[in-house]
Amino acid sequence: MVLTGEDKKLIQQTWAKLGGADEEIGAETLYRTFHSYPTTKTYFPHFDLSQGSDQIRGHGKKVVAALGNAIKNLDNLSQALSELSNLHAYNLRVDPVNFKFLSQCLQVTLATRLGKEYTPEVHSAVDKFLSAVAAVLAEKYR
Amino acid sequence: MVHWTAEEKQLIANIWGKVSVEECGAEALARLLIVYPWTQRFFDTFGNLSSPTAIIGNPKVRAHGKKVLTSFGEAIKNLDNLKSTYSKLSELHCEKLHVDPENFRLLGDILVIVLAAHFGKDFTPACQATWQKLVGLVAHALAHKYH
Repeated sequence: MVLTGEDKKLIQQTWAKLGGADEEIGAETLYRTFHSYPTTKTYFPHFDLSQGSDQIRGHGKKVVAALGNAIKNLDNLSQALSELSNLHAYNLRVDPVNFKFLSQCLQVTLATRLGKEYTPEVHSAVDKFLSAVAAVLAEKYR
Repeated sequence: MVHWTAEEKQLIANIWGKVSVEECGAEALARLLIVYPWTQRFFDTFGNLSSPTAIIGNPKVRAHGKKVLTSFGEAIKNLDNLKSTYSKLSELHCEKLHVDPENFRLLGDILVIVLAAHFGKDFTPACQATWQKLVGLVAHALAHKYH
């Protein structure tokens, strides 16, 4: 799977539209993930998972910041996400099926904010991007 | 046995009541073919699928999208009987159409995103959770008769 020049442009344009609402988007994405896919909660037994909790906001901000960094480095995702890739492989060991759940919930969060602007082309580019991120994160699993 | 709370049924009905089956169906199917282009393998007879614009404007895609979502409407009328509601369609998709059930899951997720784009903030986390449950169960029912 390859991100085309057009995909990269759409991803960057879309991200710019979010106007730095990193924490809100991250928190909402995580909350939606825990709510729609309750098995994902097994990775957060130490968290207060109520809507708007400090931990969800803090963690959501982290996740979105990492994605923002990836978007600045679309030509070299493997390198940009290398440390996170190590973390997920050796430390967190989150089953990769969960990356799809997060992708779905992030896309729903984006779609609720962007409405018609979440066009099929944007949808496709973002889905590909999140797929690529998931692949890098799972790269060193075995 | 699947259990639906009163709240879940309400969340489904509220959304469904405001959905244009024709528009939404066409949009969901078009997005399936655009976002996951390998799904085009089932639609050789549909004509021009060469670009997102072509797919979105393709009358066969629109018509088929409407058919698919109309059938989804049947599920909503029969939430407690999804497996029997989809029994014949399940056999058809296995024996005649040879569609990998993974495609039902892909389409379900796309439908959720289409609804999110349409309803904005009203597509709350509780709403999404209910609809993810519904599309998951519909996909499961459609796969039930596979052998």
